[in-house]
Amino acid sequence: MTNNFIKQVENPALEIHDLTVSYDKKPVLWGIDLSIPQGSLCGIIGPNGAGKSTLIKAIMDLVDMNSGYVKLFDQSLDDVRKRVSYVPQRESVDWDFPASVLDVVLMGRYADLGLFRNPRKADKEAAMKALEMVGMDKYYKRQISQLSGGQQQRVFLARALTQKADIYFLDEPFAGVDAATEKAIFRILQDLAGEGKTIVVVHHDLQSVETYFEWVILLNLRLVASGPTKEIFTPALLEETYGGKLTLLTEVGELVKEGEFKAREKQ
Amino acid sequence: METLIEFFSFKYPNIKYVVFGTMLLSVSSAVVGCFTFIKKKSLVGDVISHAVLPGICISFLASGSKDPFLLIIGAFISGWIAIIVMDAIIQNTKIKEDAATGLSLSVFFGIGILLMTYIQHSGNAAQSGLDTFLFGKAAALVGKDLMAFSIIAVVVLITVFLFYKEFKLISFDPQFAKVIGLPIKRLEMILTSITVLAVVTGIQAVGVVLMAAMLITPAAAARFWTNRLSRMILLASIFGAFSGISGAYISYAAPSMPTGPWMVMVLSIIALISFFFAPGRGIVIRQWRRFSIRKQLLEENLLKAFYRIGENSGDHFQKVAIDDIQLIRNFSPAQLAKGLRKLRVNGYVQRNNETWFLTGEGFEKGKRITRLHRLWELYLTKYLRIAPDHVHEDADTIEHVITPELEARLEKLLEYPTSDPHLSEIPK
Repeated sequence: MTNNFIKQVENPALEIHDLTVSYDKKPVLWGIDLSIPQGSLCGIIGPNGAGKSTLIKAIMDLVDMNSGYVKLFDQSLDDVRKRVSYVPQRESVDWDFPASVLDVVLMGRYADLGLFRNPRKADKEAAMKALEMVGMDKYYKRQISQLSGGQQQRVFLARALTQKADIYFLDEPFAGVDAATEKAIFRILQDLAGEGKTIVVVHHDLQSVETYFEWVILLNLRLVASGPTKEIFTPALLEETYGGKLTLLTEVGELVKEGEFKAREKQ
Repeated sequence: METLIEFFSFKYPNIKYVVFGTMLLSVSSAVVGCFTFIKKKSLVGDVISHAVLPGICISFLASGSKDPFLLIIGAFISGWIAIIVMDAIIQNTKIKEDAATGLSLSVFFGIGILLMTYIQHSGNAAQSGLDTFLFGKAAALVGKDLMAFSIIAVVVLITVFLFYKEFKLISFDPQFAKVIGLPIKRLEMILTSITVLAVVTGIQAVGVVLMAAMLITPAAAARFWTNRLSRMILLASIFGAFSGISGAYISYAAPSMPTGPWMVMVLSIIALISFFFAPGRGIVIRQWRRFSIRKQLLEENLLKAFYRIGENSGDHFQKVAIDDIQLIRNFSPAQLAKGLRKLRVNGYVQRNNETWFLTGEGFEKGKRITRLHRLWELYLTKYLRIAPDHVHEDADTIEHVITPELEARLEKLLEYPTSDPHLSEIPK
């Protein structure tokens, strides 16, 4: 069956095929099948608990998949790690950690440095440049616990920028940040997309979707739609995404958990 | 004094061994402990230290000797198994981390005590001294043990030095570490291994029960003094080394005093001092700051009252009675007396029998506070749309906070106003 609301593209930056993920044996993403074009600024939209973050974590191989595969630039993640950058949710780390702003941004260079080598002058320069881009260069010495939420988010983005990747995944970068930060981050993402980079953003504010994203993925445990914002971001599809979970799907999920079935029988 | 010189001249090789040994032990556990601490896995040290006991006993039963290398291998293996068991419980059952920690610790320690008791009653002559692992006996460190422990300590320190950057990243943000392709499973394994090694060597000095303190206390104390991980590790190792030497010296000067427990005592004292006196985070400093702010508030509020009285009468340098001040703002008599005394000492007011009057400096300061108060009231009504009768309380706090730079910006924003929302004049 072909689905008009799930647009597949040629030569995609990201391709997800038949992806199912469970937490504690309960499926939280069912059979996701999508692709997004290179150089697009793409939003993952859906209500709380829809599995938006889980989708990104599955792409980043941070959670186990029951089935399916993910391809980036037609290769597996392991082959293209250097072209991929990930910005986790701000709350996923302890900001009281003994480190300065520069320390954290330098972490973006660790992959390039390899084992046993300490950051060189060039790495520090790259980190400072990234901090400048997000408007945080004045704070490079500051202890990270003294940053506001918006500043923390900027630091995380700066860390990602030092990686000079081709595809960026950002998990709720606009959650709990001030308006100025939101604007600044969006401008940077737009610039990156302008350079042909692909940006995938978990987003929850419906108001700004049309201004921010040219491609949207509507998600609620299953994929509702994926395609250009103009075609996909419609009241009908939003209603389908936000209008309550599919109760049948949720109940079957509970049964799978109770019965300790595998979400997929192994082939 | 004499014992101090005698001690540090290392006249007896035994002292040299003990000092060197305890220092290495405590430095390596302090360094490793920094990572345990920042990963919020402080109790893991406790699990490992208790869980090595069955390994020591089994390796003694199997080999029949107290060769330190063999015992360490046994200890290392059972320490590791305990960690694996603990993680498996957390991942595969509904039992949470705290309970899994307790379970793993007590089960392994129970087995250890059981084996230890069996060995002690088995009549094996070689067993005497095996129980030093229970309570530690740093003063009995001799040649061969020292060799074993020095090697391990050096291995631990070199490993941390080599993997510093990676350990830092997996402690701060393991998800990011995994995505950029660091082998986090292997790195975690290395970190756990050196933690087990540090604990295995450390319990020789302080014993199973006190070992967790050797791991965590230096790190916790160091955290109070710095916000940089590298400096925190350096400080923790200095604290560790100092406790090692002190413990060794105390038990040398007073032979009835045990080395290990004294090392822990010294560490605890360092931690307490840090807790109370460290700049920025220490409790005393924070209390002191709070105290001086309260003093500042009292003084500034008094000067503001003087200014208001002058404003009402038209003479800012008139003599003011205590009752006049109380009419403007209700201070407690004790506070009033204290505040006025302070103001006089600082040259803001002068006294004339039972009355007080402002000096030139006092007038300027009272004027500035009043001005800030009224500027802020105006700002609140204009920009936050708060009703004029609701802004007073808020301005009472903010007037003490505003810096001259903020004052200038506020003035510009409000277009150099001359009166506040209640139409009182904003003094220049």
